[in-house]
Amino acid sequence: MNELVFFINKVVLAGGVIGSIYAMGAIGVTLVFAILRFAHFAHGDMMTLGAFIAFILTASFPAVGQWVGLPSAFVLLPVAMVLTALVAIGLDRTFYRPLRGANLKPVVFVMASIGVTLMIQGLVRLFAGPSARQLYIDDRKDIFRLEMPFELARMKIVITEPQILLFIFTAVAVVALHLFLTRSRLGKAMRAMSDNPDLARVSGINTDMVVRTTWIIAGMLAAAAGTLLSLDVTFKPDLSFNILLPIFAAAIVGGVGRPYGAVVGGFVVGYAETLAVFNWAILLRPFKESMPDWIDLPTKIAFVPTEYKITVPFVLLVIILIWRPTGILKGKVL
Amino acid sequence: MALLEAREMHAGYGGMNILNGVSIEIEADQIGVIVGPNGAGKSTSLKAIFGLLHVSEGSVTLDGEDITNAAPEALVRHGMAFVPQEYNVFPTLSVEENLEMGAFVRRDDFSGVMEQVYGFFPDLKDKRRQPAGELSGGQRQMVAVGRALMIEPKLILLDEPTAGLSPLYMNQIFERIIAINEAGVGVLMVEQNARQALKIAHKGFVLASGRNRYTDTGENLLADPEVAKSFLGG
Amino acid sequence: MSGVRREIALFAGLGVLLVLVFLSQGAAYGVRMLAEASCYAILALGLTIQWGYAGLFNAGIMGFVAVGGAVTMTLTYPSNPDFWNSEGPAGLAGVALWLIGAIALVVAVSRADRIGVPKGLRNALTAVVAGAAYLVVAAQLDPVATLIEKEAGFIGGFGLPVWLGWAFGGVVAGLVAWFIGHICLGLRSDYLAIATLGIAEIIKAILKNSDWLTRGTLTVSPLDWPVPTPGDIGFVASRSAYLAVTAVMIVVIYILLQRAWHAPWGRMMRAIRDNEVSSASMGKDVNRRRLEIFILGSVLMGIGGAALVSFSRIFDPSGFIPLNHTFLVWVMVILGGAGNNRGAIFGALLVYVIWTMSEPAALALFEVVRSIGESLFAWEAPADLNSRALQMRVFVIGLTITLVLRYAPKGLLPEQPPKHED
Repeated sequence: MNELVFFINKVVLAGGVIGSIYAMGAIGVTLVFAILRFAHFAHGDMMTLGAFIAFILTASFPAVGQWVGLPSAFVLLPVAMVLTALVAIGLDRTFYRPLRGANLKPVVFVMASIGVTLMIQGLVRLFAGPSARQLYIDDRKDIFRLEMPFELARMKIVITEPQILLFIFTAVAVVALHLFLTRSRLGKAMRAMSDNPDLARVSGINTDMVVRTTWIIAGMLAAAAGTLLSLDVTFKPDLSFNILLPIFAAAIVGGVGRPYGAVVGGFVVGYAETLAVFNWAILLRPFKESMPDWIDLPTKIAFVPTEYKITVPFVLLVIILIWRPTGILKGKVL
Repeated sequence: MALLEAREMHAGYGGMNILNGVSIEIEADQIGVIVGPNGAGKSTSLKAIFGLLHVSEGSVTLDGEDITNAAPEALVRHGMAFVPQEYNVFPTLSVEENLEMGAFVRRDDFSGVMEQVYGFFPDLKDKRRQPAGELSGGQRQMVAVGRALMIEPKLILLDEPTAGLSPLYMNQIFERIIAINEAGVGVLMVEQNARQALKIAHKGFVLASGRNRYTDTGENLLADPEVAKSFLGG
Repeated sequence: MSGVRREIALFAGLGVLLVLVFLSQGAAYGVRMLAEASCYAILALGLTIQWGYAGLFNAGIMGFVAVGGAVTMTLTYPSNPDFWNSEGPAGLAGVALWLIGAIALVVAVSRADRIGVPKGLRNALTAVVAGAAYLVVAAQLDPVATLIEKEAGFIGGFGLPVWLGWAFGGVVAGLVAWFIGHICLGLRSDYLAIATLGIAEIIKAILKNSDWLTRGTLTVSPLDWPVPTPGDIGFVASRSAYLAVTAVMIVVIYILLQRAWHAPWGRMMRAIRDNEVSSASMGKDVNRRRLEIFILGSVLMGIGGAALVSFSRIFDPSGFIPLNHTFLVWVMVILGGAGNNRGAIFGALLVYVIWTMSEPAALALFEVVRSIGESLFAWEAPADLNSRALQMRVFVIGLTITLVLRYAPKGLLPEQPPKHED
């Protein structure tokens, strides 16, 4: 029983946590793919930037959370989201939009986004320093330990406050996005532009407005994902490329241009990671006694050692590109 | 003053001119048809009128207003709609959502117009919730035209509306076009099926090598043996 | 300014810049900088043919550099008697046999469609068999690796001459490129960038964690030089000799590339790059050609990486950073002019000089900021201000990329079509 609880903690919950983070990042990336048609390499650092903004806000107003009973960083999150969205729009205006008029190949935008990501990286690390920082400044992180009702389970299911907030936030965000895309005029215009940008222009759809909306959504979700992740662990300025690859994998696995695909892809990648590094030998331990003597159970059975966790999203990416390039929900093949 | 007056348009792609002085003029209640051999500049003329191509010389006016090289969004607001030949629907959006997108620039209640459009294309009514990409070619074409009608345009530009359609759908589309025109919308279309199109045309423009060759009523062009021989496939 | 004049002016300007550096920092520093820059020039040549000739976006240069460095380390480092006296070699030989068997099995299964197995099932079977094979081989390797680490530290080297190490660095990098190319080259540029970025990270992770092979974070040093080392004849002389070697290599590579570019092969490559559809319809095997270019460029990167690592005299897997080893090279190529070999060399030298000088410049700048801040605002600078100052370089590189793309997308020395174009 203990082993099952361990599994739940280390795989089900952990996979859900990282899956939600990936999902939110992947939604932004897939929308940029759909509307602007390039791989936004600066997304990982946009998440870091959002978390950094949240950190500065929390450091400036550390007591805010106490009025509401929630961590200050979470209370200030909406502000961080708005600010990151504004930065995203600003970046587009300054660096990407001037390149759009010239009818260049999409790869130029990828290079530009690499330039942008280096700029954000440099600035954030310049002002934040290289070390990790806590987003809990005046609060304490609540950790909930749930007792299992079964007799043999002494281990408890451990879930932290930021994780609960993350799950709730992700659910709300996905529902809100769904409603936006299916019920609102601007949301439908986004889907239209993703389908057929030339026809969207011909129909009189304000393409500038759609582009701005795309960056707003991408920026807000990136800030949320970065902040909530940093809230649960710590704020580390070197997030960028480590999180970029899983997020791209999630977007492609789910189907490029499909926001729901990004959500599915996020959880697929998240759970693949946790399942791959999990030590399955632990689950076999209860059966040790019933096994004959000559079978020697290794102490560690894991598909991938923890140091090589980065290979998991990459392998998934390769598999999906070979087997089903349009992804699970049949997005575009770029 | 004609509804649309395009005078001596010179336009092309990347420095090479395809149109070398094309003039098109139609009145508000007319159906105009542009025909001609391949490469004559038919589709290019439509695109030049709609601002999808840069017009280097010449002018285009709509209801007296100069709209040369105006952006498509502005033209839509002026009451001109364009239906491309290919990729002319939003495939993952439903039929109804396609129509809604046609009405994007409208800020008023357009449910009446939508009912009117369903009136023109009753087949679409049952399929209003289906993704447009799942429809047959002919039905997709109806969605494409319906989308353009949502702004209640003064003038609708159609680029080869019957391309790739079966004769049944082709006739249906021509019938609808007549009905739309009778409801008060000016029509300017490019057509490969020159004979059928000229039959319903008030005014026909025969282009060749980026220039006007013959301009007359549809009837007269069809009756003219020279035109028939050179351009209508005998 | 006409093309030739412009080039002369730019190279002259570069020359002046180099003289300034030598005067201000001294000959030893200057020669070291030039030697490293020349290694980067080889990397830039590799990238410029991948990007300029074939339009391939390789965001994983770091991986090839690391491979080149690892191979040269293993081949040139003196041998480790503890390893050869232990059961390590036998164990590794056994693992190698398992690996060969596993590969043969996977390849066999992947050909199952020839005996009538439906494609879907074949793909699934291949994936399962590959996964199982990986687990088995990994399980075989694990105890051997632990044994080696315990008894000998790492497998050591083979004590071979340095030029051999560099040559094999290129060869192995080419093999890796062959393997990657089959999987990734058909992808659109965005995807290729993502894939190569991921592969580079994986290569780095493998090298960093395979202590039995590379000593991991403990690093391997000192690495040998193809010329006498500083210990023997002093910094300036030895570094100059090293520079002479790399300079000769650059000249040879340059001549070969120029010849190829002007030959029918080069014309065909240009045709493919500029209009893939029509050249495919002419029967040219587009994918084969792109793979060739990808491999060729990667071979150069392996050689350049080997030279770079050898020069630093230390193999440290943690020292491979995307910024320094991938994006810096990209800046060199797009600033210098993609598809122009002289542009690549020029870009490499110019950017590397700026990059090297930016370190003391950034530190000096922040010292000024610190003193102004402290005297005027009583500002207490954070203790790690110096390391933070270096982040300015990252920012500047990023800014350079965006500015060049915006204002000079063809680079300072744009590609020049050869005079005798059809």
